[in-house]
Parts: sequence; C-alpha cells; structure tokens
Amino acid sequence: MKTNDVILQTTTKVVFFIIFLFSIHIFFAGHFAPGGGFVGGLLTTGALLLLLLAFDLKTVQKALPFNFIIVIGIGLLLSLGTAAGSIFFNVPFFTHAFDHFTLPLFGETELHTAMIFDAGVYLVVVGSALTMIQTIGGDA
Amino acid sequence: MIVLANILIVATIIVGVVFTIVTSIGVLRLPDVYTRAHAASKSSTLGVLGILLGVFFHFWLNEGHFSIQILLGILFLFITSPIGGHLMSRAAYMSGVKPTELTVKDDLAEVVKKAKQSKAVTSQKEQ
Repeated sequence: MKTNDVILQTTTKVVFFIIFLFSIHIFFAGHFAPGGGFVGGLLTTGALLLLLLAFDLKTVQKALPFNFIIVIGIGLLLSLGTAAGSIFFNVPFFTHAFDHFTLPLFGETELHTAMIFDAGVYLVVVGSALTMIQTIGGDA
Repeated sequence: MIVLANILIVATIIVGVVFTIVTSIGVLRLPDVYTRAHAASKSSTLGVLGILLGVFFHFWLNEGHFSIQILLGILFLFITSPIGGHLMSRAAYMSGVKPTELTVKDDLAEVVKKAKQSKAVTSQKEQ
C-alpha cells in the first residue's frame, strides 16, 4: 500500500527550518553560552535526518547534492588551517587571535579565529554523521 | 508587582504539572493504544506548555531576561507533539493493533481494506 505521508512531510517542511536555524544559533553562541561546533553539527544532522525520514534518500540527495565525505575533508582543512595559520605570525601553533569590530547591522562584535576552528568541527560532525547514515540507510 | 508576577508563574506551572499528572494517569488507566496516544499527545503538550510558560515568565519578570528560546521551544512542541501522536497511532493501526472492545465505529478499516484490494488488483495486472 502506498503510504500517505502528507502530514509528516508538511510538518517537516516547517520544522526543518526551526531546527536548522536553532542549530546555527547554537553554533554561533558557542563562545559565550553553552553550544558550539559539535552540538550545532549534531542538530543540523538531526534536521537533515528528519528530511531523510519524511522523504526518501534519493530526494534528499537531489536536494543537497553534496558528497559528505568531501565535507569532512573541508572541515578538517579549515581546522588544521586555522591552527597552522598562527605559524606565519611567529606565534606557537594553535594561537588564536581576536578583536572587536563594528559591523553593520550587528554593532560591536567580537570576532575570533576560534570560530573558524569551530566551523571546521561543525563540518566534520555533519559530514561524518550524514555519511554514516546515508551509507547504512542506502540499498547497497 | 513581584507578588503578581509570582502568582502568574506559580499558576502556570501548577496548571502544567496537573496536566502532566493527568497524562500519566491516562496512560496508565486507558484501555488501548489509541486512547493512550490521545491522552499522551494532547494533555502532555499542554502540560509542558504550562511549565515552559511559567519558566519563561519567571526569567522575564523576575530576572529580566527575555528568553526567545523558550518561546521557540513552545512553538516547536506545539507543532511536533501531535504529529508524534498521529504517527504512532497510525503505525499501530497499520501493523494491526486492535482497538478496545468498547469501539463502536471504525471508519478507517473500510478505507484500508479498499486500498489493499486495489493494490492486489494492480499487482495481479502487472504479473
């Protein structure tokens, strides 16, 4: 029998954006409040997993045409690059820098390179979790 | 002012806790899956909503911290909890869980039967 998933799919379309925005909030809040790259990445994975549950694997792969193994690579490169970048400024490996900037719309904001490292962690978590799920979930 | 705020907070939290207790009594005492899902998805949503609203009012009125995350949580629960109940009872029905003896009318049974018949016909044609 063809399953009738209208309710689940319609809710998913709304709820996906709530979870995704909240994961981005958690990711950016990581420096001053609980959260960070790992939890943000897991929440994003949860949002994408909801899409996978409501629609099938092929639809989601068509909507998000990423190879998630490459996403892991980009994340590792970002983290390693942030850590290695400090060498060029004659400071030890992994030294982070931060400063206060006045951005349009945001006002005075503290920007720091730890955020780029966190972005790397985020990408690695999303990439590895989704690679596992897609590998196990797909028909081999 | 603080007294008024505290009365509001205590009232909403008490409503929430009472509804949560009613939920657990309902899950224990109701006869079958569907009535239990009814109790669990409806009144626990309202119960958690009351508790979260109480927490929200406490942090807003007493601590001066307007927490948008709690409001988002309330919205999220309101959307997802009934869907969870719906999907669970639907899965139970489709896997053949019988409703209680007291049931007098089952409209879904005819629809499911028809759908199964039409599927059998199409699969025969394909063969």
